[in-house]
Amino acid sequence: MRRVGRLLTGLMDSPARGYEAPDSVEQAVALLSAHGPAARPLAGGSDLLVQLRAGLQKPAVIVDLKRIPELSAVVLDDEVLRIGAARSSAALREEPSYRALFPGLLEACELIGSEQIQGRASIGGNLCNASPAADTVPALLVNEARCEIAGPEGRRFVPATEFCTGPGSTVLGLGELLVALHISRPAARSADAFLRFTPRSEMDIAVVSAAARVQLGEDGRCLDARLALGAVGPTAFIAEQAGDALRGVSPDDAALERVAALAREAAAPIDDKRGSIAYRRQVAGVLAKRALRVALARAAERTRG
Amino acid sequence: MAKHLVQTRLNGEPVEFLCDPHATLLDALRNTLQRTGAKEGCASGDCGACSVLLDGRLVCACLVLAAEVEGCEVTSVEGVAQAAQLHPIQQKLLEHAALQCGVCTPGIVVAAKALLDRNPDPSEREVRYWLAGNLCRCTGYDKIIRAILDAAAELRG
Ligand SMILES: Cc1cc2nc3c(=O)[nH]c(=O)nc-3n(C[C@H](O)[C@H](O)[C@H](O)COP(=O)(O)OP(=O)(O)OC[C@H]3O[C@@H](n4cnc5c(N)ncnc54)[C@H](O)[C@@H]3O)c2cc1C
Ligand code: FES
Ligand code: FES
Repeated sequence: MRRVGRLLTGLMDSPARGYEAPDSVEQAVALLSAHGPAARPLAGGSDLLVQLRAGLQKPAVIVDLKRIPELSAVVLDDEVLRIGAARSSAALREEPSYRALFPGLLEACELIGSEQIQGRASIGGNLCNASPAADTVPALLVNEARCEIAGPEGRRFVPATEFCTGPGSTVLGLGELLVALHISRPAARSADAFLRFTPRSEMDIAVVSAAARVQLGEDGRCLDARLALGAVGPTAFIAEQAGDALRGVSPDDAALERVAALAREAAAPIDDKRGSIAYRRQVAGVLAKRALRVALARAAERTRG
Repeated sequence: MAKHLVQTRLNGEPVEFLCDPHATLLDALRNTLQRTGAKEGCASGDCGACSVLLDGRLVCACLVLAAEVEGCEVTSVEGVAQAAQLHPIQQKLLEHAALQCGVCTPGIVVAAKALLDRNPDPSEREVRYWLAGNLCRCTGYDKIIRAILDAAAELRG
């Protein structure tokens, strides 16, 4: 009896494992809905396979999204750049016009891990994994990306600012997956930038990160500014007041100092091995200022171009 | 447990194998296909010892499921030399004594080849950044970088 019992528990511990590679969003949604929490979507696997190996995730069924054309494609039209959620960072980087439009977002993509990791890592996976330190997320936030989600009820859009709800959690419901990120082309005289601080220059996780997007007026004043901070809260977030402080003013050193102070205030970091609370706050202010400077210089350049 | 059938091309040859649906490409290469060139250093994407090309793109075989390579083209270090003729990258690594234990070497060879196929004339800085995901516990990297720059020069002719 005991032995049978043990055998049964053993079987329940390791349910039959499966791998599915659907070629349409509808099939993927059907698979995810049918298996419920036992299924896990797979994009590049650079988070998922590490978690699998560490025993943090034990999905019965892995649903590979990379064979779905919509999830691997990137389409740029007159208004919007639509990035398939599973497109690898390396594949995204190959098209120079995306960098010309969104240098900050592409910088964030290039900072993910190594060449090997970028060969697989997708922006969609980076967002869905919902790490507070995920590099592309602040850049998505300042660019007002919209997340296209497919599920049993059809499609819906959620602003990137609302997508991550806490470390490792998102708004995705049962059977839902992220299909693509939509980002409007930058307005005239506007540009983005992304910076992160890590002890090592490569292969490290952000202690703090900052993304900025600014729009300059014809008179050189700042029409609009958005600042996002990463790794200093449960999710990356827009530091509203810091951005607002630049709106309508001339972006001189004094104005940037005020923004840095507001960024330090907005930061709500934790103490861990990568940095203390005080240190992270300080660095948040420094990075906010620097990211804004880079974005301002780029926007000015575009004014001349 | 139900096994998954995979048909793919490895170093230009068609291959077919069975795998556990959640087994990695690295497991399949080493344990099923007996291609033990790619090494398992960390199994978490950090060391690059398992580097292979997947449809021409540099990836860690420890972070790819074997089932994912259906219909793809996989190149491992075994596919870099032409019969008995070492690739210039391999030859230069030997000449510069750029290896000691050799565990990192297969990954370095594959990663360097991926770089030189894209960029025949990289700067030292570009080589160092490209290899950021290939760890070496023995050499201190300098000889590896010199060897790759030298191989690049030779390949340019
Ligand atoms: C060595 C190493 C270094 C790294 N360095 C960095 C770094 O510097 N910066 C950084 O930000 N990250 C880093 N990462 C983490 C990881 O590479 C990134 O988060 C990457 O962008 C994840 O994308 P992916 O396509 O590999 O996701 P996957 O691993 O495939 O998926 C991640 C999670 O999202 C879910 N998911 C994926 N796609 C979808 C979708 N379309 N819809 C719904 N759910 C989905 C998966 O189920 C999983 O839970 C590193 C990882 C490794 C192994
Ligand atoms: S074994 Fe794959 S990166 Fe270390
Ligand atoms: S030679 Fe030993 S790890 Fe590189």
